[in-house]
Amino acid sequence: MNKLIVAAAGALLWVGVAAQAQKSAADGIAEYRKMLEDGNPAELFEAKGEALWKQKRGPKNASLESCDLGKGPGVVKGAFVELPRYFADTDRVQDLESRLVSCMQMLQGFDGAAIANTPFGRGEQDNVTALATFVAAASRGLHFDLPQSHPAERQMYEIGKRVFYFRGGPYDFACASCHGEDGKRIRLQDLPNLSKNPGDGVGFASWPAYRVSNGQMWGMQLRLNDCYRQQRFPYPGFSSDATVALGVFMGVNAKGAESIAPAIKR
Amino acid sequence: MVSRRVMLRHSAEAAALMATAGLLPTTASAAWPQAAFDAKGLADTVKALGAGAPQESKDVTLTAPDIAENGAVVPVGCACALAGVKRLALLVEKNPTTLAAVFEVNDALEPSFATRVKMAQTSNVYAVALLADGRALFAQKEVKVTLGGCGG
Amino acid sequence: MGDPMRIRAQAQGDKAVVRVLMSHEMETGQRKDSAGKTVPAWFIQEVTASHNGTPVFSALWGTAVSKNPFVLFTIRGAKAGDKIVVTWVDNRGDKRSDEATVV
Repeated sequence: MNKLIVAAAGALLWVGVAAQAQKSAADGIAEYRKMLEDGNPAELFEAKGEALWKQKRGPKNASLESCDLGKGPGVVKGAFVELPRYFADTDRVQDLESRLVSCMQMLQGFDGAAIANTPFGRGEQDNVTALATFVAAASRGLHFDLPQSHPAERQMYEIGKRVFYFRGGPYDFACASCHGEDGKRIRLQDLPNLSKNPGDGVGFASWPAYRVSNGQMWGMQLRLNDCYRQQRFPYPGFSSDATVALGVFMGVNAKGAESIAPAIKR
Repeated sequence: MVSRRVMLRHSAEAAALMATAGLLPTTASAAWPQAAFDAKGLADTVKALGAGAPQESKDVTLTAPDIAENGAVVPVGCACALAGVKRLALLVEKNPTTLAAVFEVNDALEPSFATRVKMAQTSNVYAVALLADGRALFAQKEVKVTLGGCGG
Repeated sequence: MGDPMRIRAQAQGDKAVVRVLMSHEMETGQRKDSAGKTVPAWFIQEVTASHNGTPVFSALWGTAVSKNPFVLFTIRGAKAGDKIVVTWVDNRGDKRSDEATVV
């Protein structure tokens, strides 16, 4: 039986070698990404986030298990695909990461402003990323359905649209410069058109993600922060209204798309 | 006069300190083949692993992508169902050191392993089967490494 | 002792496919930090695994294995409920063991 398998594998190898010449670079990249799906290091951050969710921490020595992510206290599954949304207790439209910081402040007694000022990958900011990975993972396979019932949510969508198309910085770039049309790419990376519904697992639906190029877990806040860096804009404040508004714009545009977060990326 | 109990505890603590400082030989460092992991190129690495001149063979399977979007994480697999295979190794020719990993083969396992390796640049990747009779058989593939663009 | 590993062991017929994700920097010793100093090599050198207490898997790794390493191997004669223990040892002598049950 083993000999058959080895022979078949050998035959496949030869066929593969012949077909190689015709395979495009895009196909090659797709094959590479597929091979990486099995065993995503994001799972390590997901496990860390789950432990942090349940652990009693902070000055109030409390867990996050009664944190309301929009679907009721402690409800994790399904929360990710309905964020950002309006929260009455903070009177703000909030995305996942800012809501986690609110809960860390309200329930555990952490200083939310201090966490917001902490660089990505350090201290409590690192924990926020792990928690975001855990919450996102609980909604894997579910479809985006951000609420637009509250006037603040609708307003944030309009603000997000303005921010998306706002040209500025030394290169006169906007988000739309890269993400405003179909069929664009930078070198080997396809750029999703975020001004409309890009589809399952694309764009908004794939962050938080583990980036193999630097071995880091990136939430949407860091992803947007880095977009601003690439456009040579000033860095946005952590969970600033502009970043949340962009999340609303992209998330509402992605309605119905299947979430694959946490994903694995270059 | 130090009691025997106190002296034993001190010895244990000293040993623990030395172990964490890496001064006591651990199982890992005793078995870890430094020379093989320092060698460059297929031939020298296989020789350092104690095998004969490597020969290409259809009986060895190497799984690797044609293109790696980023050289930091390249998924690779090695397999060989021949009788007498003792070890399977993964090599990246143009890395600063060629040998990436060595897997023991025995009857309790399928002779097939997968992991992810760092590739410094576009290079040949080899799966090498080391047999009990000293032979080394390999499969190879060139894996292109690109840096990729700025986005997601 | 590093962060916990993620071990998934799935029964497939009379075998168990084991996938392990380890949390480790895997520094090659080639990289320089922002101050220009070389970051010393720090990497997992040995990975072993046992099946219901019997050692079955043993691998030796160099610096070329990726950060947050992944490894996949298949154990023969395994079934749901069996216990898998995976252990890694790095070049500093740090070690970590985690266990999982075959599902």
